[in-house]
Amino acid sequence: MDKTVNQKAWFLVLPVFLIVAFSAVLPLMTVVNYSFQDTFGNNQFFWNGVGWFKELLDPSTDLGSRFFASLWRNLFFSAVILAIEVPLGIVVALSMPREGWRVAACLVILALPLLIPWNVVGTIWQIFGRPDIGLLGYVLNNIGIDYNYVSNEFDAWATVIVMDVWHWTSLVALLCYAGLKSIPDAYYQAAQIDGASRWAVFTAIQLPKMNRVLLIAVLLRFMDSFMIYTEPFVVTGGGPGNSTTFVSIELVKIALGQFDLGKAAALSLVYNLIIIIVCWVFYTVMTNAGADRKPNQGAA
Amino acid sequence: MARIDLVDLAHSYAGNDADPESFALKPISMTWRQGGAYALLGPSGCGKTTLLNLISGIVTPSRGKILFDGVDVTSFSTRKRNISQVFQFPVIYDTMTVGQNLAFPLKNRGVAGPEIAARVAEIAELLDLTPYLDRKATRLTADAKQKISLGRGLVRSDVAAVLFDEPLTVIDPELKWELRSKLKALHRALDLTMIYVTHDQTEALTFADTVVVMHDGRVVQSGTPEELFDKPAHTFVGYFIGSPGMNIVPAEVRGREARIGGHVIALSRGYDKLPAGAAIEVGVRPEFVSVAPPAPGLLAANIERIDDLGRVRFARVRVGDAKLAARVPPGFSIPDSSAGLVFDAARVHVYADSRLVEGVL
Repeated sequence: MDKTVNQKAWFLVLPVFLIVAFSAVLPLMTVVNYSFQDTFGNNQFFWNGVGWFKELLDPSTDLGSRFFASLWRNLFFSAVILAIEVPLGIVVALSMPREGWRVAACLVILALPLLIPWNVVGTIWQIFGRPDIGLLGYVLNNIGIDYNYVSNEFDAWATVIVMDVWHWTSLVALLCYAGLKSIPDAYYQAAQIDGASRWAVFTAIQLPKMNRVLLIAVLLRFMDSFMIYTEPFVVTGGGPGNSTTFVSIELVKIALGQFDLGKAAALSLVYNLIIIIVCWVFYTVMTNAGADRKPNQGAA
Repeated sequence: MARIDLVDLAHSYAGNDADPESFALKPISMTWRQGGAYALLGPSGCGKTTLLNLISGIVTPSRGKILFDGVDVTSFSTRKRNISQVFQFPVIYDTMTVGQNLAFPLKNRGVAGPEIAARVAEIAELLDLTPYLDRKATRLTADAKQKISLGRGLVRSDVAAVLFDEPLTVIDPELKWELRSKLKALHRALDLTMIYVTHDQTEALTFADTVVVMHDGRVVQSGTPEELFDKPAHTFVGYFIGSPGMNIVPAEVRGREARIGGHVIALSRGYDKLPAGAAIEVGVRPEFVSVAPPAPGLLAANIERIDDLGRVRFARVRVGDAKLAARVPPGFSIPDSSAGLVFDAARVHVYADSRLVEGVL
């Protein structure tokens, strides 16, 4: 062991440790700390053990029922927007031009919604949907459709979903387009030679070649929609009633509305855990899908 | 199964108005007979893949017509032309098994189930793919994938022609020989018109009955391997085919004599009417020139090195500014590097502006 010991390396690593400690570890530990205690303000804390967690996971309590209601609502929302955005994104990607100036034009137009700040998106749709001054709300009401996202649950949901589709389908489309562009021409030529129909080209070539980007798209869209806060909060404020109150909106209500730090902390940790688990599942699926492609046995 | 006629066929990727010299394929007219085994041979970028894609319909020609058995198919889609083509790099359908991959072209054309199964079994047997039929095609090596591509190209028995676009590029050298002889055997067994694009002369000469040599968008010669070897129609053919390539040396030719750097070589044919102003060269394959000890009647040469190719040895010699290759007879030895060259008069050809001039016997 004649390796020189160089302690200077610590000076290089230390800043990272400090930044991570202050930006992630300490805030998280504070939340953990809150989740096991109760406070009545004035910085007085009382030990509560796993009390908040028990309450949170028991649907018969007020906290539990609110958590589960918003959780199912949120999962339903994610399922709906995935069911719309993924097929729609694929269709948009397939109908995009493959070369020429139109590609650039399409890319710019598709990227526009992605570049708008989230609360601006919310504000746009909030005004757009108003029955008195909004173009959409005014027109719908004038052609005889009774549309009011403030008072009608269905209208509120429809508005939030359409807004999300408008905002994020581009992302799925762009990812799919990148996947499609990476398919060598020889595949299409071979399919022509083999007499494949348009549908067979899609199922035998395009979809399999896109499946990795699609997994990424589904992961991104699921995580984003599961954590959605800004847009529905700006448009509906979680209403009417609690009908569009998603988990993050519920969390903010408990933490900042009621100032129940213990309950909010317990909810945050469980919320966080769900997201980490989902990420882990996706990651495992994706790496396995990648391993599938490596040739391991030859037929010589 | 069809005879393929190309009538004034030409193609430019820049459109029909492009400069004729820039065409990827300059106008050609030729016939590919039914059941022939053809090789399209030429260096990269000579237009051979363009010609192949024109025949299969992947590319629509700027000019001219393509006839299958006399029917004009120029405007037909690839599907309608009923052609099969194998590409340079393996194309396999990821989600399918090897068997499903092979069945795909038949299934798309609505062939009956039992017939598909029989065809797939037959082709799999020919290509040694039978043990892998139920495997996912994605999990195989590049070799095996290319075999699947070949199999898909051959699985239809009713095609007008099977086109191969350098199909053995990704295959190991050892397997190349095996697959090439297999293709040759398949050609005999199936009576299909096959066109094989390659830049490898060995591949072309062993596979084909007729080799079509292309250079710079033009077909410079089409003939049997023997014809290409014995009587190259263009200096490019002489140089491109054969290893080492033909010796091409500028010369003055008059009657039955060629003068190289002041030395006269006898020719077995007479060349009285050579085009005026053309660049005249003589070409002779290294196999028909041999080195000998220097003697007054021989063209003096300087040996630079001797390459031993196993069964034969070739000397690289210099005559003035020109470099030539010549056969070294067994047991040949000289004290220094100066030698004389002995020409086989009957094998010396004369070229005017790179094109063969027929002599008079």
